[in-house]
Amino acid sequence: MAFAARKSASASKAAAAKSKSNGPAAFSRDEDLSAYREMLLIRRFEEKAGQMYGMGLIGGFCHLYIGQEAVVVGMQMASKDGDAVITGYRDHGHMLACGMDPKGVMAELTGRRGGLSKGKGGSMHMFSVEKHFYGGHGIVGAQVALGTGLAFAHHYRGNDNVSLTYFGDGAANQGQVYESFNMAELWKLPVVYIIENNRYAMGTAVNRASAQTDFSKRGLSFNIPGEQVDGMDVRAVKAAAERAIAWCRAGKGPYILEMQTYRYRGHSMSDPAKYRSKDEVQKMREEKDPIEQVRRRLTEEWKASEDELKAIDAKVRDIVNESAEFATNDPEPDPSELWTDILR
Amino acid sequence: MPIDVLMPALSPTMEKGNLAKWLKGEGDRIKPGDVIAEIETDKATMEVEAVDEGVLAKILVPAGTADVAVNQKIAVIAAEGEDASAVGAAGGAALSGAADASAVAAAPKAEAAPVAAPAVHAAPAAAYDASGEIPAGVEMVTMTMREALRDAMAEEMRRDGDVFVMGEEVAEYQGAYKVTQGLLQEFGPKRVIDTPITEHGFAGIGVGAALSGLKPVVEFMTFNFAMQAIDHIINSAAKTLYMSGGQMGCPIVFRGPNGAAARVAAQHSQDYAAWYSQIPGLLVIAPSNAADAKGLLKAAIRNPNPVVFLENEILYGQSVPVPKSEDFVLPIGKARIARPGTDVTIVSFSIGMTYALKAAEELAKDGIDAEVIDLRTIRPMDVDSIVASVRKTGRLVTVEEGWPQSGIGSEIAAQMMEKAFDWLDAPVVRVTGKDVPMPYAANLEKLALPSVAEVVQAVRSVTYR
Ligand SMILES: Cc1ncc(C[n+]2csc(CCOP(=O)(O)OP(=O)(O)O)c2C)c(N)n1
Ligand SMILES: [Mg+2]
Repeated sequence: MAFAARKSASASKAAAAKSKSNGPAAFSRDEDLSAYREMLLIRRFEEKAGQMYGMGLIGGFCHLYIGQEAVVVGMQMASKDGDAVITGYRDHGHMLACGMDPKGVMAELTGRRGGLSKGKGGSMHMFSVEKHFYGGHGIVGAQVALGTGLAFAHHYRGNDNVSLTYFGDGAANQGQVYESFNMAELWKLPVVYIIENNRYAMGTAVNRASAQTDFSKRGLSFNIPGEQVDGMDVRAVKAAAERAIAWCRAGKGPYILEMQTYRYRGHSMSDPAKYRSKDEVQKMREEKDPIEQVRRRLTEEWKASEDELKAIDAKVRDIVNESAEFATNDPEPDPSELWTDILR
Repeated sequence: MPIDVLMPALSPTMEKGNLAKWLKGEGDRIKPGDVIAEIETDKATMEVEAVDEGVLAKILVPAGTADVAVNQKIAVIAAEGEDASAVGAAGGAALSGAADASAVAAAPKAEAAPVAAPAVHAAPAAAYDASGEIPAGVEMVTMTMREALRDAMAEEMRRDGDVFVMGEEVAEYQGAYKVTQGLLQEFGPKRVIDTPITEHGFAGIGVGAALSGLKPVVEFMTFNFAMQAIDHIINSAAKTLYMSGGQMGCPIVFRGPNGAAARVAAQHSQDYAAWYSQIPGLLVIAPSNAADAKGLLKAAIRNPNPVVFLENEILYGQSVPVPKSEDFVLPIGKARIARPGTDVTIVSFSIGMTYALKAAEELAKDGIDAEVIDLRTIRPMDVDSIVASVRKTGRLVTVEEGWPQSGIGSEIAAQMMEKAFDWLDAPVVRVTGKDVPMPYAANLEKLALPSVAEVVQAVRSVTYR
């Protein structure tokens, strides 16, 4: 594997380690193929979820991850078994990337008994002890303190696992984020804070809500190093993830990665996204799409044949259709489930 | 197989909308993510994106059509290798097993009839440590509630390496109220952790650690400051087990002094028993003496659920005999008859028991024999014990320092209406803190809190004596 230099930020010059995009950190053919497959699964899954929402099969809030796929896929490529993952409500992509069963995720979206939370959590609340996925949280910013607690647990147990704690540009303005930063650095907790800056918090553009829009600097006063990363390029994400995770595993404390990314769809399904122009979205999709970037590399550099890629597309489509079918036909939870799982 | 494109809903409540525009025409190639049409409602305009790949074979609903029902077929896509014109003529088939409105409506629905709550309190019996009350023949040692709480934590920390204590001033300073005295010396800074003044943050860190299986004891310097952390106590700790379908529990104890101390005014004098008692997924404990405090804190630490453990600063220094046994663990959810009697039932908890017991003594002088029940656990509440007592006495007074509206007394009164109405010989009367913020002046503070005289008066009013 040929990666770009694993440049570690120096702790004394905290947050000075800003290496925009870090140039192309080359992927092997297999890595490109695997990133393609993973990102495509998320994209197709989310498109299907959007469609099923439109059909009335999914209710409530449903926040799609379309456009941001490279972030979680790149991060997962650099993580290892036992690393904890936690995020907010825009969580379907994270669960798929953690290897959670697409059928179980989709059936949770439709509120059926085969859903990962037996239909009691919905789109925003799924968990997996086995895959170390800790949700799925609906209170903006809450996952930051919780994720810091997961890192605390790794530290307490003395293992070398890390906590990958994802949150949005909007969440980054919550007070508990800075309470967490402070304790994480104070106690040298192994947590990578991944700020998914998709430029909007609902209808509020970053510059309308944030005095400091360079989120990699948000840890500056705590001496937490940070980087801005091209979150549309899965290779840049993986390279940055490797640096951040190595830093944490070495016992040096937390690390901030600002992932510059973009969501193509509205905030949730009922958001017509009037606060940005169609051209802005179109330009992103045409010039920066994370999946197209990999696809292009696969055909141009790796000479992957149309048939080879079509086979992947078909496989992904089958998985998604199967999960949609399951989520449509699986029965609703038994009424007795109303009263279970309140206490142990 | 050809694929139907259906009229999507923008929100769960949308029933129909206008098909404003087609952005692709018949015969156009489309791939997932392509915007193919625009729809409008009175609230918003949205784009319809294709989810499937193929050729737009036939548009079934022309642009400009108003009031198109959700899930109506609006177009047909011919899949790879299909003859678009033939498909267009024939119309589409079902998509992934759920194509049209009727298929959606027919989606399997579980029985919709309401189900009754299994028991008054839904906790399975196995959730509580039932090792019982004080073992016979055990040596008793008189100690303060402060010492009893410390011993409970120390014993549980010796027993289980996953138990740790965190909070403001708990380690080097030995506790703002000296409850964690000596713990740092015995267990070291890894397990007895001084936090910055950051309630929201360290409550969240504690919950995160608990989700991964550790057993934190989070001390709040007082529960007044836990308002900054209440989101994590309720939304993150209490609800995760349910939201995860039973997969992920949260074995954590939040503890600290609750309620009025003395002369500390409104922001430092609030009783949160009623607040936390409303939350399914939480256990709420409020002991009135050192022995209960020890047995219940040990039970709370061993319990796999989140527990809010409400102590009281004024009670910290009071001593009673406490069993000297590492196995002294009291059952959560069980009230205690602190004084048996026949004429009236007085129910209270925590410092309220001080007023209740003193009032019972005074009443005894006048020949009124009061039974005093100490709830000990607020949630799940031992309603059965109150009902059993009311069946005997026919009269009930509740005592608490908290406010009257939606208080613990209100809840007990409602429960008695439902479960003991036929045995009541008089209306239930509540003695509570007054419905005002806590004043600072000594005389006003005294007036704001309940008094023994008020309890005596309440008992006379229900016994008509
Ligand atoms: C404490 C809290 N306040 C407000 C909301 C409502 N809300 C949900 S998502 C959201 C925007 C968050 O944006 P961002 O953090 O940028 O994440 P993104 O949706 O872009 O992924 C808001 C205000 C909430 N869920 N929780
Ligand atoms: Mg955002």
